Amino acid sequence: MARLTRERGLILAGLGLILAYPWGVSAVGQPFLIGLGTRILIMGLAAASLDLVVGFGGMVSFGHAAFFGIGGYAVGILAFHAHDGSAFLGLIPGSDQALVAWPAAFVLGGLAALAIGALSLRTAGVHFIMITLAFAQMLFFLFISLKTYGGDDGLSFRPRNLLPGLDTRNETSFYYVVAVLLVGFLVLAGRLLDARFGTALRGVRENERRLAALGIPPYGIKLAAFTLSGAVAGLAGALMANQARFVSPELLHWTKSGDLLIMVILGGLGTLYGPVLGAAVLIMLETVLALWTEHWMVVLGPMLVALILFARGGLWGVLAGTRRS
Amino acid sequence: MLLAEQILNGAQFGIMLFLLAAGLTLVFGIMRLINLAHGSLYMIGAFAAAWAGDATGSFLAALLAGTTAAAAIGMLIEAAVLRRLYARDHLDQVVATFGLILFFNEATTMLFGRQPLFARMPPWLAGSVELLPGVPYPAYRLAIIAVGLLVALLLYLLVARTRIGMLIRAGSSDRQMVRALGVRIGVIYMVVFGLGALLAGLAGVMAGPVFSVQVGMGEQVLLLTFVVIIIGGIGSVRGAFIGALLVGMVDTLTRAYLPGLLKTLLSTSEADAVGGGVSSMAVYLLMAAVLLWRPRGLFPAHG
Amino acid sequence: MTSPRPEAPLLEARGLVKRFGGLVATDNLSLDVLPGECHAVIGPNGAGKSTLIAQLAGELRSDAGTIRFDGADVSRLGMAVRARRGLVRSFQITAVLPEFTVLDNVALAVQARLGKHYRFWRRAADEPALRDPARRMIDEIGLGPRAGRKARELAHGEQRQLELAMALATEPKLLLLDEPMAGMGPEESRRMTSLLQGLKGRVSMLLVEHDMEAVFALADRVTVLVYGGAVASGAPDAIRGDPAVIEAYLGTDDEDSA
Repeated sequence: MARLTRERGLILAGLGLILAYPWGVSAVGQPFLIGLGTRILIMGLAAASLDLVVGFGGMVSFGHAAFFGIGGYAVGILAFHAHDGSAFLGLIPGSDQALVAWPAAFVLGGLAALAIGALSLRTAGVHFIMITLAFAQMLFFLFISLKTYGGDDGLSFRPRNLLPGLDTRNETSFYYVVAVLLVGFLVLAGRLLDARFGTALRGVRENERRLAALGIPPYGIKLAAFTLSGAVAGLAGALMANQARFVSPELLHWTKSGDLLIMVILGGLGTLYGPVLGAAVLIMLETVLALWTEHWMVVLGPMLVALILFARGGLWGVLAGTRRS
Repeated sequence: MLLAEQILNGAQFGIMLFLLAAGLTLVFGIMRLINLAHGSLYMIGAFAAAWAGDATGSFLAALLAGTTAAAAIGMLIEAAVLRRLYARDHLDQVVATFGLILFFNEATTMLFGRQPLFARMPPWLAGSVELLPGVPYPAYRLAIIAVGLLVALLLYLLVARTRIGMLIRAGSSDRQMVRALGVRIGVIYMVVFGLGALLAGLAGVMAGPVFSVQVGMGEQVLLLTFVVIIIGGIGSVRGAFIGALLVGMVDTLTRAYLPGLLKTLLSTSEADAVGGGVSSMAVYLLMAAVLLWRPRGLFPAHG
Repeated sequence: MTSPRPEAPLLEARGLVKRFGGLVATDNLSLDVLPGECHAVIGPNGAGKSTLIAQLAGELRSDAGTIRFDGADVSRLGMAVRARRGLVRSFQITAVLPEFTVLDNVALAVQARLGKHYRFWRRAADEPALRDPARRMIDEIGLGPRAGRKARELAHGEQRQLELAMALATEPKLLLLDEPMAGMGPEESRRMTSLLQGLKGRVSMLLVEHDMEAVFALADRVTVLVYGGAVASGAPDAIRGDPAVIEAYLGTDDEDSA
């Protein structure tokens, strides 16, 4: 079918672009842009994980930044204690090993999502949106009040988490580590969405009541998806902390949750790859517009409004020739 | 007594939240529209009032400017943007109105710069009133409470006693029915939205002298306003009133007393930080608790 | 009068009450469905038939009364749990999954029966355990040539057939059929009626319908519901001639009027 080939072509092109990017920007003499690329990939990972919940599960979560932030702080706190020689809560020693910190971020993000989801998924619609926002705000204020870990000012640390055999301080190496994780997630998520779980999840979005009438309890499916997406967001947060060598409560601010939703919509709701594209476009737009005027948001705002009002399906749908459902 | 003062502060904050929440809950209840830009109207009211007050030296001018600007801009965005969102799903509404926030914040920065604006307090309200012997309380804050209660009364009369109020209540629970009655639903929407925008602007005008007039003030208060509506029940003005007072009280009282209480356990700077953090969290914890007990809020408008 | 049957009822509702504010939608209603039986529930609009189905299915919690299914008290159980036990409903307003193909819709119903939803790797489209029973069901219902189409592309009557196919794919013991002929023309209705006739004996049914031709072709027993209460219950012929029933229906069109 023509549509599938075009979409497949787009995926391959995207993969090629991701792989060739560091080489490309070095070749044109702008190697400092590699860091920008890494940021795009990380946000793409976070946005894709959100799409799992919003696009495929139909749950509009406005608190996704919370899991992102928790992952970031997992790395930051572990790094802090590694340098300090002290232990977190007197029990857990610090670490600057990626193989410790990153799984920790994943697990913590998942646990937070499990807890928040278990409570929030008892509501629906606008109540769900607000309660996820509320929980994220609570965590935001929690991290602000943790003066030991920087509070309002945030926490910086060096070096980046260490990986055996790779120099994460090298921008190019780190970029490829992130790229591997992103592509890995997209592949696994793609399989998951085609498997029984994904089918049930998509069924929940289409008609939850119907699913229950058939005998599939929607709550468990939704909670599992929510937890997984939180875990992946946690991992993305860990990567972001590494990228910037800095974490601050701003990572959990509700506008960050808004940014992630924008990336999902911009790229294409329920397309999985779209949000990565959305992240790229949004971040590049911000970067480019910021060069032109410090007031670039006055342009971005109306662009978003126009996007919602007039363009359906997101960029991925337009490029791949598929229409939004 | 410090406690009485704090209680009044809580009531004053609550009343301001009520002015914002009343409009928002009606808009949400009737048009099913999540409007994140409601906070921007509050900000516009505050800025317009501060600027006009500074330019003319008259509080009345400030009041007029603030409320008119908010109402006018409100109706403008209703016609240009929001009208097209009524039929769209919540996600679209959230992202589109988020875009409006970005626009208004940046536009305000372009017009007024990044420094907070000074909003003059009307001199005839600058003093204190002795409520009880030895308990002076700022007259201006009392005025806010008085105005808020007046608005609450007027809203109650409007919604409960007038024809348009009946249509609003009906529209809240059964839109099809209202349409079937031959009423132009678009007109009702415009009126409701305009009213909400006016109240938001009024809140902004009154907030100016007490809180700082700066970009971002809308978002801070918007989140609390949503919490109020969720607690009170969507679509219910009565719920907005009760919810607003609850939230105002909880927020003010925890901020006032929690750090002090924590000082017995922690060092001073830690107590301040943790106390501040927990106080900020308190309102959200309250909301989560209410939702777990009553998933539709305390006074939901429909069933 | 119903002839006495030796077996215990498969579904037994006793003293069901449901109020919405001041309105009594279900008024101390009791009825049962015997194994293999088709028990039709008819009544004028507003009689509370959909509310009854919602309570029996587990979507609405009754204010009073009990519901027993297959020997167990299910009054407190949710819709999904009841469905797993074999008490399955279909919807009056078609509730298929619009973006899923016909095959995928029914395959999901099969998956619902099989129960193992937390599989993350194997493509569901490749699973014969899901696809084969789905295909058989689709062919049996008569939607074979439409299997690859998205549900939203189907004509209304075909969607109602899909609706039934999904309910059947869960291999229910008892089907709660909420106006299966809703919105169908006479030709489609007859086809649906013969489909349902084919099910008789295999699947017990509680059939809520306006289409009298179907009701009298299918029902072993008929109960008439008016204002949430049963005014008559018995064999179809007895009901046809019952003066109380005729009075309740006075002025009501028995042609389907959605």
